[in-house]
Formats: sequence, C-alpha cells, structure tokens
Amino acid sequence: MSESVQLQPGLKGLVSDWSSDQRAFKGVPWGKAMMWIFLLSDTFVFSCFLISYMSVRMSTTVPWPNPSEVFALEAFGTPVPLLLIAIMTFILITSSGTMAMAVKFGYEKNRKVTFWLLIITALLGASFVGMQAFEWTKLIVDEGVRPWSNPMGAPQFGAAFFMITGFHGTHVTFGVIFLVIIAIKVLRGDLDHERPGFMTGRKGRYEMVETMGLYWHFVDLVWVFIFAFFYLW
Amino acid sequence: MSAEGQQHPISTYFWIWGWLFVLSACSYAVDYMAFQGYLRWSLILLFMFLKAGLIVAVFMHMMWERLAIIYAILVPPIAILIFIALMALESNYTFETREIWFSDWSNFFTPAEHH
Repeated sequence: MSESVQLQPGLKGLVSDWSSDQRAFKGVPWGKAMMWIFLLSDTFVFSCFLISYMSVRMSTTVPWPNPSEVFALEAFGTPVPLLLIAIMTFILITSSGTMAMAVKFGYEKNRKVTFWLLIITALLGASFVGMQAFEWTKLIVDEGVRPWSNPMGAPQFGAAFFMITGFHGTHVTFGVIFLVIIAIKVLRGDLDHERPGFMTGRKGRYEMVETMGLYWHFVDLVWVFIFAFFYLW
Repeated sequence: MSAEGQQHPISTYFWIWGWLFVLSACSYAVDYMAFQGYLRWSLILLFMFLKAGLIVAVFMHMMWERLAIIYAILVPPIAILIFIALMALESNYTFETREIWFSDWSNFFTPAEHH
C-alpha cells in the first residue's frame, strides 16, 4: 500500500489516521483489524459474565465457597490449594509463548518449525480443556455442584463457575480446531503458494498465522482475568 | 508498513514468557500465603494487569502498532470499567437490603424506627 502523505507519529498521527481517506488503520492487514474488532466484542461478552458473577457474589448473604478449598487437589497426602489451576495457567501461558514463536517463524516462511509450534500450541490447549473437563466432572459428580445449588455455600456459585469456564473452554476448543487447520495449511505450503482456502476465494498469506495468534492470546488473556477474579479473589 | 510482518528476536518471547511465569507464581503465592483483605485484592489486581499488559503489548504486538488501532481497541473497554462501578454500587445496595430485611434483624427493627 503506497502512501502519498508521510504517516505522522503519536497523537497527530491518531487524528490524521482516523480522519484520513479510505483506510483508518494504516499498514494493518484487513484480517488483523477484523480479528481485533471481534476480540473487542468478545471482551464485552466475557466482561458481562464476570460482572454478573461479581454482582451475585457481592449481593448474596450466604457465604461464597472458598475457591482455594473447592479447587484443591490431593498431592503427597495433603491438599494443595489450586494445584490443577496453577498447572492449567502454566500450560496456557506456555501455549501463548509457542504461538508467538510460531508467528515469528511463519513470517520467516519456515514451514516446518511453524507447523510444529502450531501443533504444540494446539496440544497444550487441548490438554487445558481436558483438565477443565476433569475439574467439571469432579465438581459435578463428587462435590454435587449444580447451577442452582451446591453443598459448600452460596447457590449462585455453580451457575457462575459453569457459565464462565464453559464459555472460556469452548473458546479454547474452537482455537485448538483452528490451530490445527492453520497448521495443516502451513505444512502443505498453502500460505507460500497463496492458495485459496476451502470456503473462500482469497489467497492464503502468512498474516493468517498472526491473526490466529491474536485469537489464541485473547483466550490466554481471558484466563488471566478468570484466574484472578474467580479462583484467587 | 511499519507493523506488518515485523519480526523480533526469539529472546523477546522467552523474556516475556519468563515474566508471565514469574507473575503467575506471584499470583499463586498471594493465595498460598493466604493474604487477606485489601492487600490480597490489590496484589491480585496488580499481577493481573501486569500479565494482561504484557500479553496485549508484546504477544499481541500492540506496542508496535499505530495509535489509531491501539486507541480504537483499548478505549472502548473504559465503558466496562464504568459498568463495573455501576454494578458494584447496585450489588452492594442489594446486599444491604437483604441483610436488613431478610434476616432475624427484622424482629428488632421496624420501618418506622429504622433510619
């Protein structure tokens, strides 16, 4: 994209970009801009869930279950608070690291390394979902937690927990599927040869790996907030 | 074409991953060491925002983008902060109302005497 006017830095650039002709986001591929806007909308969705969790927790006169105890795991003969959650956090952060490296190697057109980094990211994400499923099973079957009641405290705990972690886990699952799809495209050379995808006539480009990366980092970002507000607070 | 396809040394990613790991360990320590009250909450929020900032700025590449897209994405969530404040006020009111009217205290306080 050629610029007949020099791009200005800072706040002057902000004003001139937003008020410019044709395109406000200079040098940003359309896929990246659209993914950012989608993530902004998803931020509002998750914020609604977390705010409603805040509301029910603040307004209930019944004590809220203690997450450190609810989510403790028995290890070495003693309950370790939030052990599984700590492992899940570590896994998701690592997957963000491998994703960022995949984007870098993608731009360097290193198909093999990019492919493997994407697959590792997907495997880490899948293991996260597996652990979350284990957590759900433990709470539903062993502890008797339901969306409408639980034996540990305020009845709204189950509804908040299942809604928030359910939506997050679903997002992670979608991410894993997309990661595998992009990984296969990278390995087959679809992005090098700019072949169009299954559902589109548009040519594949390595920006797609970065766009995928944005989604995956968002999933990690949401977990940072869930971890802080639901498990730690 | 400043931000498109820009690459950084691999050490950057390892540094940020390392910091995220440290901050996560700190967050976990807040619970493990059973801090309570304002100290607990302020530490939880501090580590949370630091981690979120690193992920958005470096992993999601925002710190190398132009202000036009940075502001377009990061300014609207201010509405969320306002929403949080509103709902906190609302929920606090609901809690107080339930405490006063839906508990044994209603035996001791009548509407005429309550102030």
